[in-house]
Amino acid sequence: MEAVFFVVATLCYLIATVGYLVYLFRDQASIHVASWSIMLIGAVFHTGAIIFRSANLGQLALTTGQEALSLFAWVFVVTYLIVQSRLQLRILGSFVSPLAVIFMLSSEIMPTHIMPKSEFLKSGWVILHVGSLFLANALFALAFSLGIMYLLQERYIKHKSFGFLYPRLPSLKTLDSIAHHCLITGFPLMTAGLVTGFAYAALVWHSPWNWDPKEILSLATWVVYAVLVHERLAVGRGRRAAWLAVFGFTAILLTFLGANLILKGHHSISGKI
Amino acid sequence: MGHIVLLGMNHKSAPVEIREQLAVACKSAVNPLHMLPHLKDVDELVFLSTCNRVEFLYTCGNLKDGTDEIKELLRVHVGLSASTPLDSYLYVYEDLDAVQHLFQVASSLDSMVLGEPQILGQLKDAYRDAVEFRTVKTILNRLLHKAFSVAKRVRTETCIGSCAVSVSYAAVELARKIFGELQDKKVLLIGAGEMCELAAGHFMAQGVRHMTVANRTIERAVELAKRFRADTVPFDSFLDAMMNVDIVLSSTGAQEPIICYEDVRTRMRKRRSKPLFFIDIAVPRDIDPKVNQIDNVYVYDIDDLQGVIDLNREERRKQAQLAQHIVDEETIKFKTWLNSLNAVPTIVAIREKAEMIRKNELKKTFAQLSGLSDREKEAIEVLTGAMIKKILHDPIVFLKKKAQRGTQPLFMDFTQQLFNLQEDNSDSAMNCDGPVNGDDEDNFLQTLKK
Repeated sequence: MEAVFFVVATLCYLIATVGYLVYLFRDQASIHVASWSIMLIGAVFHTGAIIFRSANLGQLALTTGQEALSLFAWVFVVTYLIVQSRLQLRILGSFVSPLAVIFMLSSEIMPTHIMPKSEFLKSGWVILHVGSLFLANALFALAFSLGIMYLLQERYIKHKSFGFLYPRLPSLKTLDSIAHHCLITGFPLMTAGLVTGFAYAALVWHSPWNWDPKEILSLATWVVYAVLVHERLAVGRGRRAAWLAVFGFTAILLTFLGANLILKGHHSISGKI
Repeated sequence: MGHIVLLGMNHKSAPVEIREQLAVACKSAVNPLHMLPHLKDVDELVFLSTCNRVEFLYTCGNLKDGTDEIKELLRVHVGLSASTPLDSYLYVYEDLDAVQHLFQVASSLDSMVLGEPQILGQLKDAYRDAVEFRTVKTILNRLLHKAFSVAKRVRTETCIGSCAVSVSYAAVELARKIFGELQDKKVLLIGAGEMCELAAGHFMAQGVRHMTVANRTIERAVELAKRFRADTVPFDSFLDAMMNVDIVLSSTGAQEPIICYEDVRTRMRKRRSKPLFFIDIAVPRDIDPKVNQIDNVYVYDIDDLQGVIDLNREERRKQAQLAQHIVDEETIKFKTWLNSLNAVPTIVAIREKAEMIRKNELKKTFAQLSGLSDREKEAIEVLTGAMIKKILHDPIVFLKKKAQRGTQPLFMDFTQQLFNLQEDNSDSAMNCDGPVNGDDEDNFLQTLKK
């Protein structure tokens, strides 16, 4: 059942992406509404898939890299749907929906072997840790999309060559301030996620820092975002800030892929557990 | 039936000296509409006057006499002496050509700046005046309403109005793409040339409230500052004034660039990289092109802006073709309605409708009464036929009598509505109370109330 739901969700995201790509070329509100709705339907099926999976496992479906990425894609899509319904920045969908599809499809290639059942993972701490980190990362992914839109639009204006997207993209100010809000909200969440992680590690392993590869990489991305937030608050907004948002999220993706595919540690399959 | 005629002159047909006189006449308080009762041959009249165009739209029974009267009216209104040859500046469109021209004017296809939005408002004002003076009746009323809905269709179905085609407008559009809303933005004017003034006016119209003027001659700076409710700074300290502004409009007569790369780079750091938009409309340029390389700084010189305009012109031309198609389509629809105002088609339509109802009802009745003989059926047919004929006799005689008079369109239109004769072709111009037009009318009524 959950596999069917998962496939339906992926298909919905795919159709929504196609719809949003059409929307890039044809400015019709109906295309946006249709794509947004299909994405919402996809999110509903996706929710179903995650609930079934978690019920089967008896804990939050986070035991494999596949589940983790799928859960992250879900958080991302839901965040987008909420942000979109409040902002009405329609063109954002054309830049966000492909990311959702990429997350869904790449979750398929993630390792599927389940880590040994562990009481550690059933704690409320883990949900707090994962929840805030995933939400932070979803906001960073939005900031990444907005950053790409910003850089595109900035390029058009700077080089005085107006591509077909120029009239469709909103003003630099709009893109920058939405990205700003995503980052300003995301960064405390990321910090909270890391702190709860360390606290929980201290609780179960009696040491907050275990030189786990993911811990090191996470701290590195945290530093990247700390620099970015500093840059925005103290130095100024604009092109550099947009580049940093794109770079920061790329770093997050590398952290995630690296920790799950290549490196071993207690965040991936074997490790300490 | 009478003719619809449109007589007038615009920027294409009349030279600037004549148009200057138009502009003066445009401001005069006397509306030529009040002359209508004195015009023997003119039935309905609408008078449109803008600085680039003056047009009389009227209906008349006799084409030549009516037109002569209107020409005289125009001559008096504009204040041209009798010796000035007027005819060469005028265009006269009749019937469908007049309808088509009006639709083109309303949708801004005939404007100096293709797609500019003011003309529709001016046409609505002209219509409001005509309503106040009671100079519009059945035909022009319908025609004007149709013109408004055509303009609306053109505006929603094409993007003729969305491309900037003047330097100042292009600059404003670019500023919007960088800053979003312009209300809280600050503009610095360096130099006080005419172009600069024009662009500043555009920015002010977009809601910019904070302007600063730096000019070598203080008198001119003060004069400009007064006009835009701006501050002034000494010319030598404009670089420091740049710290707090978002948009810099420059048009000095300097031979060398007055703003260099280093000037801006050091100040950008202090500005915390807040975007800065330079509009350089001076020739030779005031701003070193290298400044554009600095992050979050955008420099557009006059050629760059011209490039934006050329792109937009091309796009507008394409959109204008689409718009022209809509105009042609609507003209044909209007023709259908006009034709229906003749007595003969109206009478034929009434008869056809009655006959159709009779046939349908007979069919139903015969289907239920299966025992009728052929003779009985024939008798019922004759009975119903005679009833219809007698009921319609008086209305038809009435319509035929009215067909000889000037009030004919009014009665034909009324009859059509009374008998709902246009129900089948819902597409036609008759269908004027649809949602689109309804909106227009509502808006219009609101403006009337104001």
